[in-house]
Amino acid sequence: MILESSRSTADALSREIVEAGDYWIREVPSGGTLRITDLRGNQAVDTLFYSAADPGERYSAFDTIREQSNLYLTAGTRLLSTEGNVMLEIVADTCGRHDTLGGACAPESNTVRYALEKKTMHACRDSWLLALGENDLGMTKRDLTHNINFFMNVPVTPDGGLTFEDGISAPGKYVELQARMDVRALISNCPQLNNPCNAYNPTPIEVAIWT
Amino acid sequence: MTETLYADTLAGGRHWSLVVRRGLILRLTDLEGGANAGMLLYNPLNPLERINLPDTLKCQHTFKLTRGHCLYSDMGRIFCSIVSDDVGWHDASGGTCNRALVERKWGALTYQAARNDYLRNGRDSFLIELGKYGLGRRDFAANVNWFSRVEIDSEGGMRFVPGHSPAGASVWLRFEMDTLVLLHTCPHPLDGAAEYPRRPVRYELLRDESLAADEFCRNSRPENERGFANNFLYHLGIPEE
Repeated sequence: MILESSRSTADALSREIVEAGDYWIREVPSGGTLRITDLRGNQAVDTLFYSAADPGERYSAFDTIREQSNLYLTAGTRLLSTEGNVMLEIVADTCGRHDTLGGACAPESNTVRYALEKKTMHACRDSWLLALGENDLGMTKRDLTHNINFFMNVPVTPDGGLTFEDGISAPGKYVELQARMDVRALISNCPQLNNPCNAYNPTPIEVAIWT
Repeated sequence: MTETLYADTLAGGRHWSLVVRRGLILRLTDLEGGANAGMLLYNPLNPLERINLPDTLKCQHTFKLTRGHCLYSDMGRIFCSIVSDDVGWHDASGGTCNRALVERKWGALTYQAARNDYLRNGRDSFLIELGKYGLGRRDFAANVNWFSRVEIDSEGGMRFVPGHSPAGASVWLRFEMDTLVLLHTCPHPLDGAAEYPRRPVRYELLRDESLAADEFCRNSRPENERGFANNFLYHLGIPEE
C-alpha cells in the first residue's frame, strides 16, 4: 500500500548517507521515526531490530508475516518481536512491498547460490559481523536472525516457487517506521552483485531519524 | 534394505530432541493425518551454525519443501536432504505457536489442571529443548513445519490448508552431517481447528544402503551440488569418527 509521509526532512534529528557495503547501527526511542530512502533505486536494505533494553528480544520475521497473514511488509504492517510485542509500525511507504522471507546474503550462501569462488565477495552478514565486532554491545553471531529486505521483491508463486525479481523500487522511494519501543536498528546496505536485488549496481541510501 | 535402529512415537503436543549422525535417515510419519512437526537444526559441535530457512528457500528457489530439497545451515552446508516424501509440500513460512497464540485459539489449560495433557506451545517447547544444550532464546531460528501447508495468493496472503497430510504419510530425511534435531508436535500456528490438535508423529532412525547412495537431491540443481561440496570440505576439517 502506497502511503506518503507528512514529515519533512528539514525537521529530522539526523540524516545520514550509508554507502553500499556499509553497516549502520543506531537506537531509535519509542515514538521516534526512522525513514530509509532508496536514493538511486532498486537497492536492498537488510535490516534487523532489537529491543534496546533487552536485545534478546528482537524482530521476528516469521511471527510478523503470520500474524498479518501476509508475506509482504508495507504501510500498516506491525513488526513483531520474538516475544510477540509490537516493535515498530510501518507508517509510510512509497515502494509498496518489502521482503522478509529472503534473508541476508552471506559469503557462505553465495557459494551455494552462485559459485564456490564467490566466497570472498562482500556480503550483508559480514557487514553485520563487523558491526557487532566494532561495537561493544554484548551481541554476537547468535544474535543475527532473519531480517527485513526493504525495497526487495521476492514473489512466491501459487505452486510454491520463489523468485527474485527486479526491484519495484525507484530513486527516492522510502519506507518510514515509527518505534513502539526503544529499538536498536542494525542495517547492512546490501553489496550483493550476483542477482537483480540491487540491479547489479549497489548504491547509497539515506537514513533519517525524527524523535 | 532398510534397517530400523530406533523407533518411537511423539504424542501430539509434545517435544523431544536428539543428535542424528551423518548418514542416518530420520523418518517422520504422520500416524493419524493432519499432523504438524516443528523442527529446528543445529551443529552439535558449534551450535552457532543453525538451520537457515531463508537461505534454504532462496538457494533452491522454493517456498515449499519436498523430495529433492536440502535443509541448509547459515554456513552454506546441508544438514539433511529430503530423500523421500509422501506429502509433497511441507511448510517453511509459518513459524511456531507461542503461549499467547495457543491461549487465544484454544484457551489456557495448565499442567495443574490437565497434567501432561496441558496445552503446550511450540516456542516454549523449543526453549526447553534449546536449554538442554546451553542454548536459549537468542538462538532461535525459523523452523520447519513438517506435514503442514500454507498457500500464498497473488497478493501474498497466507492460507493454512487443513488436513493436508494423509494418515500414514512419511518424509525421509537423510543427514549429511551430524545434527542436533529439536522436534515438537504442537499445532501449526495457522491451524484453525476448533479443538487443540493432538496428532502423534512416529520418528525412526534408519540405515538404508540404497538411499545412502541416492543422489537425487545432490543432482536436483547445481546449488545443491555446491552445498554438498561445502559439506565435503567441512568433513575434511573435523576429527575422524
